[in-house]
Amino acid sequence: MTDKLVQPFSQKRTAELAENLSAGGEVKGRSLWADARRRFVANRAAMASVVVLVLIFAFSLFGDHVTQFDNETIDWDVMGSVKELGAPSLTNGHWFGFDESGRDLYARVVQGSRISLSVGLVGAFIAVMVGTLYGSVAGFVGGRVDGVMMRLVDIFMSIPYMFVLILLLVVFGRSISMLFVGIGLTAWLDMSRIVRGQTLSLKNREFVEAAVAIGVPTHRIILRHIVPNLLGVVVVYATLLVPQMILTESFISFLGLGVQEPDTSWGALISEGVKSMNYGTLWQLAFPLCFFVITIFCFFFIGDGLRDALDPKDR
Amino acid sequence: MFNFILRRVAVAIPTLLILLVASFWLMQTAPGGPFTSERPLPQQVLDNINAKYGLDDPLWKQLWNYLVGIATEFDFGPSYKYKDRTVNDIIAQGFPVTLTYGIISFLVAVIVGGALGVAAAIRQNSWLDYFAVGVTIGAQVLPNFVMGPILILVFTLWLGWLPGGGWNGGQWQHIIMPVIALSTSYMASIARLTRSSMLEVLRSNFIRTARAKGLPDRTIILRHALKPSLLPVISYLGPAFVGMVTGSFIIDAIFGTGGIGYFYVNSAFNRDYAVMMGLTILLGSMTILFNMVIDILYAWIDPKIRL
Repeated sequence: MTDKLVQPFSQKRTAELAENLSAGGEVKGRSLWADARRRFVANRAAMASVVVLVLIFAFSLFGDHVTQFDNETIDWDVMGSVKELGAPSLTNGHWFGFDESGRDLYARVVQGSRISLSVGLVGAFIAVMVGTLYGSVAGFVGGRVDGVMMRLVDIFMSIPYMFVLILLLVVFGRSISMLFVGIGLTAWLDMSRIVRGQTLSLKNREFVEAAVAIGVPTHRIILRHIVPNLLGVVVVYATLLVPQMILTESFISFLGLGVQEPDTSWGALISEGVKSMNYGTLWQLAFPLCFFVITIFCFFFIGDGLRDALDPKDR
Repeated sequence: MFNFILRRVAVAIPTLLILLVASFWLMQTAPGGPFTSERPLPQQVLDNINAKYGLDDPLWKQLWNYLVGIATEFDFGPSYKYKDRTVNDIIAQGFPVTLTYGIISFLVAVIVGGALGVAAAIRQNSWLDYFAVGVTIGAQVLPNFVMGPILILVFTLWLGWLPGGGWNGGQWQHIIMPVIALSTSYMASIARLTRSSMLEVLRSNFIRTARAKGLPDRTIILRHALKPSLLPVISYLGPAFVGMVTGSFIIDAIFGTGGIGYFYVNSAFNRDYAVMMGLTILLGSMTILFNMVIDILYAWIDPKIRL
């Protein structure tokens, strides 16, 4: 990664640039985002992850159109003797085999992917929205308001949220919407701290001062100078939040406290796979597990790549 | 230092109160009382039962009695589902188990993770370093509920070396897999933490001085670099502890070890509110207090934090 970053400033480029300048040519400036995009595209692990992730999203969105089976129909012949009859096979069209109750596992995995991914995205979206708003307000207003708001975050942060989440799910029923809200609302705290810190440091930077000095109006300073810098951090943490949300959801669903039948998610499917592992129906564990692990991997790599691409400290 | 402790306690107390009141309130608003069943009980019987458990008192009095019970007699109340069992019985039965594999996992995570991190930093960009970085990335995508089943698959079903579950009074064969499943992700985090802080320390001025004096590498690392580079690990002990407690939900579910997590999840299924509330308050306040102590300890060791 690093040698790729250094490359543009290699001697040859510098010489070219100097020649260009002396010849009176115009130097084309690179914007913050063009620069970041160039770095990101150069990161092979991140780009590969993007491709894989796009495929997984496509699978979760359109996967059910490819197969002739749906996720509800129970094959009564297979149920009860899943080990003998339910194995994955290309000939009968049940590519991932059957699940324990005789449903097509491929259709179930599509359904589970859809729910897991949407919990991840929606949860992260809620967290990013609430956190960014809260953090930037605290940072901008400053003073006593900032103190009170951040003390509150401290307090919320030290509440062991897994207990609260389970309590919420038990008391208000185990629904997906409760899961969305519960997971999203516990995850915004980190986000708000990060955004506040960024806002504080940006407020006093030279380029903001310079902008003030030459008379740029405040809203333009915010839009042109603060928000783009903030956006980088927000995007990076949002990408890293998604796998965390998926992990939390899977944790809860694995325990059986999350999504309920007939809905399913990766965590619930993995849990079913584990329960039937002893009977030798390993495909029930393997397929959801693969999707889960690969997705988390991809999100981490993309988040890492974005951080490398967008981190202003790197420049 | 005194100010720091004061500030830290000032955060911990409201947190505890919020946890107490919130869990109590949630339990009260929960649909269906503890004695609603398929066949409705006669009103007379219901009144008697409510009177026995003090459920006909006003809410504030119930909360107050509950708190006084905890404070004076360490009594977390009865289980509404199992008449012959109190929350204290459950704690007495499950907690030693959780504590046993929790502490062992904790030690494994700190020792192995610390050693791996230090070794990776000393031999930066060697195969050992790449191995350590690979392990830390791998452990991130293999949370304990993925790790556990894979372990059972390999060591019980394929190799047949270890029993697939149960506790059996804490025999070592029954402890190995829960410990691996629980400690891996924390081991990875600690390794990453130590690696980066060790790298930072190795570049600092006092290490350069030590090298300039001509001290051998061994002495530099053991005497000078090790202590400051292990400091950040202390701040990780709090989150690690929380992880061990919540991780026990999964460990008990997969390995059937019968720790506190088993009872927690079970009571969530049975809607045994009294047990849930008791365990939430016990484990929650332990977490909050433990985090507070760790923070204060860290600030005491590393004065930079006190600001």
